[in-house]
Amino acid sequence: MSRNRSYKALAISILTLVFSVFSSPATFAQHEHEGHAEATHSHGEAEEFNPGQTILHHVADEHQWHLATIGESHLAIPLPVILYTPTRGVHVYSSKEFYHGSGEHDGFTLHHEHFTSEDGSTVYDFSITKNVASLIISVILLITIFFAVRNGYAKRQGKAPKGIQSAMEPFVIFIRDEVAKNYIGEKHYRRFLPYLLTVFFFIWINNLLGLLPGAANVTGNIAVTLTLAVLTFIIVNFNGRKTYWTHIFAMPGVPKWMLIVMTPVEIVGMMMKPFSLMVRLFANVTAGHIILLSLLSLIFIFKSAALSVIVGPFTVFMTMIELLVAVLQAYIFTVLTASYIGAAVEEHHHDDHH
Amino acid sequence: MDLITPSLGLIFWQLVFFLLLVFVLGKYAWRPILSSLSEREKSIEDAIELAKNTRNEMAQLKADNDRAKADALIERDAILKQARQTAEKMIATAKNEAAQEAKAEIEKARKAFREEQAAAVSKLKNETAKIAVEIAEKVLRRELSDKNAQEALVNDWLQDAKLN
Repeated sequence: MSRNRSYKALAISILTLVFSVFSSPATFAQHEHEGHAEATHSHGEAEEFNPGQTILHHVADEHQWHLATIGESHLAIPLPVILYTPTRGVHVYSSKEFYHGSGEHDGFTLHHEHFTSEDGSTVYDFSITKNVASLIISVILLITIFFAVRNGYAKRQGKAPKGIQSAMEPFVIFIRDEVAKNYIGEKHYRRFLPYLLTVFFFIWINNLLGLLPGAANVTGNIAVTLTLAVLTFIIVNFNGRKTYWTHIFAMPGVPKWMLIVMTPVEIVGMMMKPFSLMVRLFANVTAGHIILLSLLSLIFIFKSAALSVIVGPFTVFMTMIELLVAVLQAYIFTVLTASYIGAAVEEHHHDDHH
Repeated sequence: MDLITPSLGLIFWQLVFFLLLVFVLGKYAWRPILSSLSEREKSIEDAIELAKNTRNEMAQLKADNDRAKADALIERDAILKQARQTAEKMIATAKNEAAQEAKAEIEKARKAFREEQAAAVSKLKNETAKIAVEIAEKVLRRELSDKNAQEALVNDWLQDAKLN
C-alpha cells in the first residue's frame, strides 16, 4: 500500500521536474544576456521593459527588500549587509549604502547582488538578505502559530480543539498518521516527527508567503532547498540500518560480480534522492513564480491595459493552482523524506522483492 | 546562472534558523501538542471501551435478571403444583377416612340393631311361651264348665295376646 503510494508520489515529482526543466532554460538564457541590465534597472532609467530580467529579479534574492518603483524613486526596506573577508574580518553595513551610484562603499562593491572586495580577497557574504529576512519572518510566524496551538491544548486539556488549534490539528494528525506512521512504521516514527512536522509547515508557510505580492521567494531558492535536502540526507544516512546498507553495498540476491555495477548505481541513487528533493521543490516554486510573473508581464510587453481582462482572471486561476502547489510540494517533500527514512530504518528483510 | 547557484550566506542562515525552528518547535510545540493529542485519543478510546464494556455488562445484567425471573416463575409454578397436589392428597385422605368412619359407624349401628333385634325376638319368644302357658293353664282350669264359653274365652285371650 505504502509502496504504491510512494510510486505515485515519485511519478508526480518526475512529471513536475520534467515540466520545470522545460520551462527554465529560456529564462536562464535571457538572464545571461542581460549583463549589466540590473544596474541600469536599479537606477530606474526609462528603458524597454525586459520581462526576463524583471522576472528573474523578482525570483532571485537581493540585499534589500524592494517593494515598488514609483517613477524615479524606489520603495525599499534596507537590510543589514554582513561581510567577512579573511583580510578585513567582519563588517556590517546597511544595504542602503550599496544601492546608489556605483554600488561601491567602504571598499566593497555590490554588483549583480554579488559583493567583491577592493583588495581582491574573497568576500563571504552572510548578509540578512530579503530571503533571510523572509525566513526569519516565517520562523517567527511558525513559532507564534504553534505556540498558540500548544497553549490551546494546555487550556483545553482533553477537550475538543478550538480556533487555530483546530485549524492546525488535522494537518498535525495527517503528518503523524498518514506520513510518519505510514512510511516509517509504528516503531520508529516518533523520533522523526519533529523534523517532519517542521519541514512540512516550514515549506508550506514559506510557499504561501512567497505568493504574497512583494514577498521573497524562499522555498524557490536553491540554497534553502539544498539545506533541507542535505538535512534529510544526513538524517536518512545516520539512521540507516543493516538492511539499508546491505541494499546499497551488497544487494541481496544479486551475483557477486554484478555488485561492481550495482553498488555505484545504488550510491548514485542514494545521492539522487536528496538531489531530487532539492530540485523538485526549488523548480516547482520558482516555476510557479515565473509563470505568474510571465502572465503579468504580458500586459507590459503588449503595453495594453485591455489585456488585463484576459490576463487578470488567468493569473487568479494560476494563483489558485499555486496555493494548491504550495501545500502539495510541502506534502511531497515530507512524504518523500518520510519514505527515505522509512527505507533506512527498515529492519526486516524482503528476500522476494528483487 | 545565479538562480541555481546556492549562496553561502543563505545556506548558513537557513541552516541556523531551520535547526533553531526544529529545536524550538520540537521542544515547546510538537512535544506538548503530540502528547496532548495522544492523551486525548487515549481518553476517547478509553471512553468508548468503557461504554462498550458497560453496555455488555448491562446486557449481561439484563440476561441475568431475565433468567432469574424465568427461574422464579418456574419455581412458583412448581410450588403451586405441589400445593395443589398436597391439597388434593389431603382431601382424598380426609374423604377416605370419613368414608371409612361412616362405614364403621353404619356397621356398628347395624350390629347394635341386630343385637337389639335378637334380644327382642328372644324376649318375644319368652313372652309368647309364657302367654301360651298361661292360656293353657286357664283353658285347662275352665275346660269342663262351658264349652262355648271356653271357646269365647280363648278367643278373648288371643285377642289380648295380639295386643300385647
